[in-house]
Amino acid sequence: MAGIAVLCELQGGQVAKGSLGVLEEAARLGAAIGEPVTAVVTGSGLDDAALADLGAHGAATVIAADDPRLGAGLAQPVVDACAAAQEAGQYRYWLAGASIMTADAMAGLAARLGAGIVIDAVELVADGSDLVTRRSGLGDSVLAHCGFATPVGVVVTRANSFAPTEGATGSAPVERIQPSFRSWSEGVELVGHEDAEDSGPDIGAADVLVAGGRGLGDAGGFAMIEDCAAAFGGAVAATRAVVDAGWYPYSAQVGQTGKTVSPKLYIACGISGAIQHKVGMQGSGTIVAINKDKNAPIFDYADLGVVGDLHDIVPKLAELVRARG
Amino acid sequence: MRIAICVKEVPDPSAEKRIDEGTNRLVRAGENTLNPYDRHAIEAAVRIKEGPAPDTEITVVTVGPESAARSVDRALAQGGDRSVHVADEAAAGSDLLGTARILAAALRRDQYDLILLGQQAADAECYVMAGLVAELLELPCVTQAASIEVGDGSVTVKRQVETGYDTVRAQTPCVVSVSDAINDPRYPPLPAIMGAKKKPHEVLALADLGVDPASVGAAGAGTRVGGLSKPEGRGDTVLIEDDGTAAEKIIEFLVEKKVVA
Repeated sequence: MAGIAVLCELQGGQVAKGSLGVLEEAARLGAAIGEPVTAVVTGSGLDDAALADLGAHGAATVIAADDPRLGAGLAQPVVDACAAAQEAGQYRYWLAGASIMTADAMAGLAARLGAGIVIDAVELVADGSDLVTRRSGLGDSVLAHCGFATPVGVVVTRANSFAPTEGATGSAPVERIQPSFRSWSEGVELVGHEDAEDSGPDIGAADVLVAGGRGLGDAGGFAMIEDCAAAFGGAVAATRAVVDAGWYPYSAQVGQTGKTVSPKLYIACGISGAIQHKVGMQGSGTIVAINKDKNAPIFDYADLGVVGDLHDIVPKLAELVRARG
Repeated sequence: MRIAICVKEVPDPSAEKRIDEGTNRLVRAGENTLNPYDRHAIEAAVRIKEGPAPDTEITVVTVGPESAARSVDRALAQGGDRSVHVADEAAAGSDLLGTARILAAALRRDQYDLILLGQQAADAECYVMAGLVAELLELPCVTQAASIEVGDGSVTVKRQVETGYDTVRAQTPCVVSVSDAINDPRYPPLPAIMGAKKKPHEVLALADLGVDPASVGAAGAGTRVGGLSKPEGRGDTVLIEDDGTAAEKIIEFLVEKKVVA
């Protein structure tokens, strides 16, 4: 086993920024543990010239798997592509930045290879010639130093953990591989896609965000969130759950499949705090969470947690802020 | 249709959590609870049974110590018909792959049309169990379902991805993990809670499933926790209960933090 493979995801025809960041981090790690880095890209109608540019972000080699079955954003055909790359390259480590697709693909690959898998890794550290991840745990109160006992180790890094360098240049040779697809990998087909509507206020620029989740009870609950946000001179954010339910527009969604925000103050109202939400707002200055469920995971990473009924607290908070002028 | 739901008992998120410095394992002592995200999967199954497929049988499957029986009952109370609980000391210390191997072995014993999971476990924020189990069972997999429509020989799932909404169709049998957007799980009424204990429970050991103990548990783990450290950044959470003055206390906190003037 030798080398580090990084699964790079295409989003809208471009390699995702998260993938580029992980590729660069892999190159830093690879230099420290003496392992070359290979970028693995899957898709349909890939452009070799564009893929060669991954050399700018640390790839020594690019492996491209090009097939119509790899163009739908489905994870299981990507498992087959990664397995074909593994067959040829015998990599020691597989890395991917977490996305809806890559997390599933890495899970499938780990199961296929019988490889240990670490998810939610926030740092990649060289320990001699080995990789030891730092995996966040217990509501980010501890970092577990997680290494591998299997010949191959698979790592999914937390979304937004590594940012790529802008304007880097370089080139890497591109090799093509043809995976063979397993029957179950072809058992899912994409039958429809709607692009998300992304018009609305730019929540990324607001100093204060007041965010609403399922705990609001219904779409009408956003009236008091809007009022509270206005009192703070801020904007309104929402979770995936309420956006999917049609309570609030997608443009306000914070999280892995929404926006990443870092306001000075983030007030989470009726939000449980799933990892998909957390990765979009954990960079906020101060986090206040209001939830009637004392078990809500958001209390693990809020600065101030309030167990109570947001319908009582939020309007009063807006009133007090206005009174302060 | 036959539906299996993989559930997990997790430590009460509000209880103090710690990692045992001797074993580097999460200490699961104290009050435990059914993973809240699993309740959405159970609700999804119950709605299939109440709607398009009334002859559905819902099986709750878990891996965990005997004490996890309480969470199994909680899941049954919400609408399960029977349970399969793998309780074996050799399973303790299983990592993600080990847990997936045990679940897969338990699921292989019966012919399920649909295997459901919650989107993640609340304790370790694990969101890859569906992908692991599906690959071990060689079944199609869809994660993060925001809706599930049952068809003839397939399920149609709508899910949010980075670029918008995908609609995908998966042939059954298949594995589907559901997002917390899919439904609002109901709380079981008292008679259902009382009745859960009387439903058929199967408690199995690894040997009953033909699982090699060396491939699971601490011995078979593919990952090794070699140490722990304290991350930089956020301090502890100040947690208060609203006694009618929560809004005032939030303002005081924000003034103290100099977030508001």
